[in-house]
Amino acid sequence: MREEILQRSIDPATQFMLSVAEREHLETAWDRLEAQQPQCGFGELGVCCRHCNMGPCRVDPFGEGPSKGVCGATADTMVARGLLRAIAAGAAAHSDHGRDAAHTLKLTAEGKSGGYQITDEAKLKRLAEEYNIPHEGRPINEVALDLANAVLAEFGRQEGPIRFTRRAPAGRVELWQKLGIDPRGIDREIVEGMHRTHIGVDNDYVNLVLHGLRTSIADGWGGSMIATEIQDVLFGTPKPLRTQSNLGVLETDQVNIIVHGHEPILSEMIVAASQDPDLLALAKEVGAEGINVAGMCCTGNEVLMRHGIPIAGNFLQQELAVITGAVEAMIVDVQCIFPALADLSSCFHTQFISTSPKAKFPGAIHIEFHEEEAYETAKAIVRRAVENYPNRKRACVVIPEEKTECMVGFSVEAIVEALGGSLDPLLDAIKSGAVQGIAGVVGCNNPKVPHDAGHVLLVKELIAHDVLVVTTGCNAIACAKAGLLQPEAADLAGEGLKGVCRALGIPPVLHMGSCVDISRILVACAAIANALGVDISDLPVAGAAPEWMSEKALSIGAYVVASGIFTVLGTVPQVLGSPNVATLLTEGAEDVVGAKFAVELDPVKGARLMIDHIAAKRAALGI
Amino acid sequence: MKEIFVRLDRCLGCHSCELACAVEHSAGKTLFAAIAEKPVPRKRLYVEQVDDHKLPLLCRHCEDAPCVQACRTGALSQDPITRIVSHDPDRCIGCWMCTMVCPYGVIGRELERRVAVKCDRCPDRDIPACVDACPTHALVYVEEGDFVGSVRRAAAAELVEGYVVAQTV
Repeated sequence: MREEILQRSIDPATQFMLSVAEREHLETAWDRLEAQQPQCGFGELGVCCRHCNMGPCRVDPFGEGPSKGVCGATADTMVARGLLRAIAAGAAAHSDHGRDAAHTLKLTAEGKSGGYQITDEAKLKRLAEEYNIPHEGRPINEVALDLANAVLAEFGRQEGPIRFTRRAPAGRVELWQKLGIDPRGIDREIVEGMHRTHIGVDNDYVNLVLHGLRTSIADGWGGSMIATEIQDVLFGTPKPLRTQSNLGVLETDQVNIIVHGHEPILSEMIVAASQDPDLLALAKEVGAEGINVAGMCCTGNEVLMRHGIPIAGNFLQQELAVITGAVEAMIVDVQCIFPALADLSSCFHTQFISTSPKAKFPGAIHIEFHEEEAYETAKAIVRRAVENYPNRKRACVVIPEEKTECMVGFSVEAIVEALGGSLDPLLDAIKSGAVQGIAGVVGCNNPKVPHDAGHVLLVKELIAHDVLVVTTGCNAIACAKAGLLQPEAADLAGEGLKGVCRALGIPPVLHMGSCVDISRILVACAAIANALGVDISDLPVAGAAPEWMSEKALSIGAYVVASGIFTVLGTVPQVLGSPNVATLLTEGAEDVVGAKFAVELDPVKGARLMIDHIAAKRAALGI
Repeated sequence: MKEIFVRLDRCLGCHSCELACAVEHSAGKTLFAAIAEKPVPRKRLYVEQVDDHKLPLLCRHCEDAPCVQACRTGALSQDPITRIVSHDPDRCIGCWMCTMVCPYGVIGRELERRVAVKCDRCPDRDIPACVDACPTHALVYVEEGDFVGSVRRAAAAELVEGYVVAQTV
């Protein structure tokens, strides 16, 4: 295999498929990144502004050309405005997902949704109590309707507080209030972020960044948390289960359907429809042994941890799945879906099916999905996939062998259960030093980083130093493929962590879900901080996004830091054109919210920064 | 001998060539390192706009270079074979005679050391940094004969097209 391909990914299945892609002259994201070189330096530094039509404007980072845009905006203003807009977009994506989940709950409670049901009644009741909604002796649908309306009201709330933000330790909430960054409503902060970044509104970089933090808190402790909680009510709170990961989960003799995107509202129904007896019979009729649904990206994580649906890969493997030639349908909803899939699918029999009215792709087959007729639409989509099976060109099928066993589904509830009913054993392990601390490792893939290398090398270094890792999103999938989500991976951990994992039968890296499920990590941190009587910023915890690329990741990074957690970024954000903003994020923030960002491209060095941070926090706590 | 040529219809005014030039003439050789360096790395070519047209102006390394003629200290010299005009900052006294006589205005100043700065055609690179950075290939690094040849072929194609149209009318 060519050295260049080996440099692109550390995942053998990905390397294999990239060599197939090269042989067949099929273009992938790595090729398109190469074609984009060199990328625009003004953009890399964040010193270009297209916010009005006096522009586009640029500031010369070398000081020879203009130092201000037409309106007078400096590099500080441009960079901070760009960052705030990106955070607003990321928060909007997560929160709109939460809104869709709440909307589905509402329709379900009203008996108007087609095929959904309330799966976790106990959780529904706990959430109802949190919202002061009576549930004793009331029909479950009435309680669900009240809860749906209550969480939907969080989006349009004007004066706060967003209820779930009060899950944070009291000291943290007081700090947010003192700084003026306690969010007043989810949509309000996103809209205000767009207003502030309009020409001639907010030009003070500190003020802009602070609103970025407020907007991001409305995501992490608002929109994302609503998505997680309501999805648990609808589809069940994840519990540990074992399944398989990587492209090898595609089946030679079955109809392969990939669900790709983010919202389980679609993928849950596709999974249900794939078990429909009529469709299974049809599959037999067309010569297939069955219907194999596999996940991709976060909607994959959602059905992975609730149903054990195998996961075919993470973000950068979406094109490779099609290139296997074994996929009858690539069904997508929203977020992180390459429009390039349309052209690529046209080279194969694969049907690229878009379903969201929010997300259309030129060249895709659009079958619009609405909650009211969810199951029927899902059946129609699965039927198309089954009927497409005879069109598969068997001679062109190349499915990599790699598939790795993984244990997934560690919701906070499941972790507490694994610990025997309370967090105490974990706290004791942290106090004793067997577990030095906890690291949340999350985020995307980015072809600027060798695929999965950022994730896997960073996580391995952490567990080797007795840091328990909790993971979501594309990091979780990378860890699954690398075998780190197996209890046996405890062998790779330091002696202390190894002992804890063996005693509990858990992996040293705990899969907590999709990217909205980073809210689960926040809840866990809040619970630990409350149990110890300290703020989150006092805990021996750290975060990392080793291969991040999306605006959602920026919102996540911002709310994790705003929650008091030191965060390492593995790719450089577009802020270096303003030394003031860069310094604020990587130094000054510590004095404001008790946490800061670091940028470290070497994953092992990034892990060391986290380990050192955890050691410093332990020393400060006197443990 | 290869020269840097500009395809005048291609420039979008993105200034990528200027950034790449400054980075190539920095100590760190990467954008993120270069922006923090002192002395500030200087670009040696300039994107200008006339009406709606944008174009990069850069040292032509003139066969009969006026800047070399004007330089009183020998800081500017011309390689007899490559015809590349080089500048030795140690010999430069900052009199700006070269700046005055350059017909293209592409000899700049390094403020900190008060010496001239100009294109050296990137001696450490096979392809000059500005050419490599140009996203629309407005800047090309080719043999003079190849460049005018491609211009001639394009002109001929247009002539032929016009001729064919005229024949069919």
